[in-house]
Amino acid sequence: MDIHEYQAKELLTGFGVRVPKGGVAYSADQAVYRAAEIGGNGWVVKAQIHSGARGKAGGIKLCATDVDVRQAAKELLGKSLVTTQTGPEGLPVHRLLVEEALPIARELYVGFVLDRKRERIVVVAHPHGGMEIEEIAQREPEAILREVVEPAVGMQAFQARELAFGLGLAPAQVSQVVAIILGAYRAFRELDATMVEINPLVMTRDGQVLALDAKMSFDDNAMFRRPNVAELRDHAQEDPREAEAAAHGLNYVALDGDIGCIINGAGLAMATMDMIKHAGGEPANFLDIGGGASPERVAAAFRLVLSDKKVRAILVNVFAGINRCDWVAQGVVQAVREVQVPVPLVVRLAGTNVEEGRRILQESGLPILTADTLSEAAERVVTARNAARAA
Amino acid sequence: MSILLDQRTAVIVQGFTGDKGTFHAKEMLAYGTNVVGGVTPGKGGARHLDRPVFNTVKEAVAATEAAASLVLVPAPFCTDATMEAADAGIRLVVTITDGVPAQDMMRVKRYLWRYAKERRTRLIGPNCAGVISPGKAMMGIMPGHIYKRGSVGVVTRSGTLGYEAAAQMKALGVGVTTSVGIGGDPINGSSFVDMLALFEEDTETDAVMMIGEIGGPQEADGALFVKENMTKPVIGYVAGLTAPKGRRMGHAGAIISAFGDTAAEKAEIMRSAGLVVAPSPAELGSTVAQALARKPSHRVMVPQ
Repeated sequence: MDIHEYQAKELLTGFGVRVPKGGVAYSADQAVYRAAEIGGNGWVVKAQIHSGARGKAGGIKLCATDVDVRQAAKELLGKSLVTTQTGPEGLPVHRLLVEEALPIARELYVGFVLDRKRERIVVVAHPHGGMEIEEIAQREPEAILREVVEPAVGMQAFQARELAFGLGLAPAQVSQVVAIILGAYRAFRELDATMVEINPLVMTRDGQVLALDAKMSFDDNAMFRRPNVAELRDHAQEDPREAEAAAHGLNYVALDGDIGCIINGAGLAMATMDMIKHAGGEPANFLDIGGGASPERVAAAFRLVLSDKKVRAILVNVFAGINRCDWVAQGVVQAVREVQVPVPLVVRLAGTNVEEGRRILQESGLPILTADTLSEAAERVVTARNAARAA
Repeated sequence: MSILLDQRTAVIVQGFTGDKGTFHAKEMLAYGTNVVGGVTPGKGGARHLDRPVFNTVKEAVAATEAAASLVLVPAPFCTDATMEAADAGIRLVVTITDGVPAQDMMRVKRYLWRYAKERRTRLIGPNCAGVISPGKAMMGIMPGHIYKRGSVGVVTRSGTLGYEAAAQMKALGVGVTTSVGIGGDPINGSSFVDMLALFEEDTETDAVMMIGEIGGPQEADGALFVKENMTKPVIGYVAGLTAPKGRRMGHAGAIISAFGDTAAEKAEIMRSAGLVVAPSPAELGSTVAQALARKPSHRVMVPQ
C-alpha cells in the first residue's frame, strides 16, 4: 500500500525526521491560506499523487507570491498528472502539499528497503540526491553506500554514522543525519513499511538537514495491526475495479487485452495468462478468486471482469483442490444466470470431482464452452474472441 | 526415499481443532499421513479426530515424539506458532497460512538460526500448498489424488500451478517423489536452492521440476545452484510473461520491481544455467517426460 508524500512526512515527523514547514490543501483558497500560515516569501506547491517523477511532469511548482500559489493550485487540482511511472491515463490530483521554499546547499539520497535476497532491511545512501535511485545506480553505482540491518537487534547508531561520514558530511551535520536515518529506520520497522525513501534529503545554506521529499510503502499483510496507517489509503489513486475486487476478497489487476480471466491461485492465473498470449490472445486482467470459490464470489468475479468494456470473451480456469469442481460449476452456472454474460465463455475445470463439475455445466443448458486442458482452454477462448471481434 | 516427509513422519497440526485444521487433518489422515495429534492452546487434554490435543507444542512433542508440524493458525499468530514449534524441537514446520507480514518472516528466520544445525527447524511456506510425498504422506491442502508416485521432485511457488504440473505429469505416466510448495511471499522459510539441494541428495529423485514466477532473486539463485551443484536434470518454468511492471500479481512476492524480476529474464537465466525451460505452462508435463526419456534411470525401483 502506498501513501501520499504529505502523509509520509507526517508519519516520519513523529519519529524525529525534520521536514519543511507545510500543509495539505484541497482547494486553491486553502493553498493560499496554507502559504500565509507558513509565511516567508517563497513556496512550493506539490501535486499529491502515488507516483514519483512529479517534478518533470509539471506537478511541482515554485511560487513567489500568493497569486502564484493560487494559480499553481488551480492548474494542478482536478488535473490528471501523467509521469514516467503512472501509465498514459495518469493519476488524479485532489490534494496539494504547500511548503516553504528552502535555500538548498546540497541534496542526498537515503532509502530503506526490505531486501529479498538478504532477507534484511537494507539502508541505501548516495551523495547525490534528487534523481531516481535506478538512475543513480546506473550513473554512479560505486558511490552507493549500504548498511544491512541485523533483525535481532535492529539498526545501530554506528551504522548510521558510517553512512553519514561516508556521504562526506561535516561533523556538525553528521548528528542531524544520524538522527534522521535512525528515525526513519524506526518508522520503517514500527509501521511495517516495505520501503521508505527520502529523496532528496537536503542540507540548507544555514546548515539544517531536512527531508524535502518522502515516500513510504507498506506491507498489506501487516495492515491488520497498523490501523492508523491503513486509514491513509487513498482510493482515488487506485483503479476502482481493484478496490471493488479487494472488497470481495478477490485479487484483480487491470491489463490491456480483451480476454477476461477468472482463475484460482495467483501462479495458475499468471500461467493461464501466459497460455492465452501463447495462443495469440491478450489477457484483459489478472484475477485470482482464491481457495473457496463460492457462487457469490464467482458472481462478483464475473461482474468485475465484465465492467471492463474491452472484454470480448471470458476464460474461467479452476484447478480444484479444497473446493470441489461440482461446487465451482454450480457457482459458475448460478453466476452466469444472475449476471448475464454477453460474451463467449470458456470454462476449464480440473481436480477434485471434475466429471461431476463438467456434467453440471453441460446440463445447465447455458452457452458455456468447456475445455479439458490448459492449452485447449486458451485456444478455445482465443477462437471465441476472434469470432466475437469479427461479428 | 523422498524428501522432508514420508509415511513414518509423526505430524502434529497447530490450530488442530479449528475448521481448517479439522478439515485438512482429516484429509491428511485419509491420505495415510501419520498425524499423531495437535495443538490448540486451552483445549489440551481433549481428543479430536481420535487424536490427543495439547496446550503447547512441547507437551505434544513429549507425548507423541512428533517431528513435523502443519501450521494452520491465522496470519497474526503464525510467527509465534513457528517459533514455539522450533523451540520444542520440531524439525519441519509447514505453514499454509497466507498474509503473514514480511517483517515477521524476517524475524522468525533469524530466530530459527539460534539453534544448532543438528536440531534446526526447517520452515516451508508460508502462503503455500504444503508438501506431499505421493503414496506416502501429505502435509498440506493439496488434492492428493492428482499426484502419482514416481521419480520427479517438484518445487513450486504457486499451489495451483503445482497441481497443474502434477496432473499433466500423471496424465503422461510421470510420477513425483516429493512436491514442495515454497509459497508466494517475498520472504519464505525455504528457497528453491534449499529444496534443489535436498532433491540432488535424494536417491529416488531422477529429475527436478522448478516452477517460479515473477519477482525476487530466488529463481536466479536456484538456476545458479543447478549449474554449479546439480547432476540431475532440472526442468524450469517461470509464470508471468504478461505481467506488467510494478503491479502485484496476487502473491505478495509476485511483483516486478528490479532487474532480473521478469519472467522472460528469469527463464533466460535458467536456460543459460543449463535448465530445460518448458515452452508454455501447457507443456510442463511433456517437457519433464522428454527430459526423463533422455536420461535413462540406472536405479532399480523396489516396489513397497
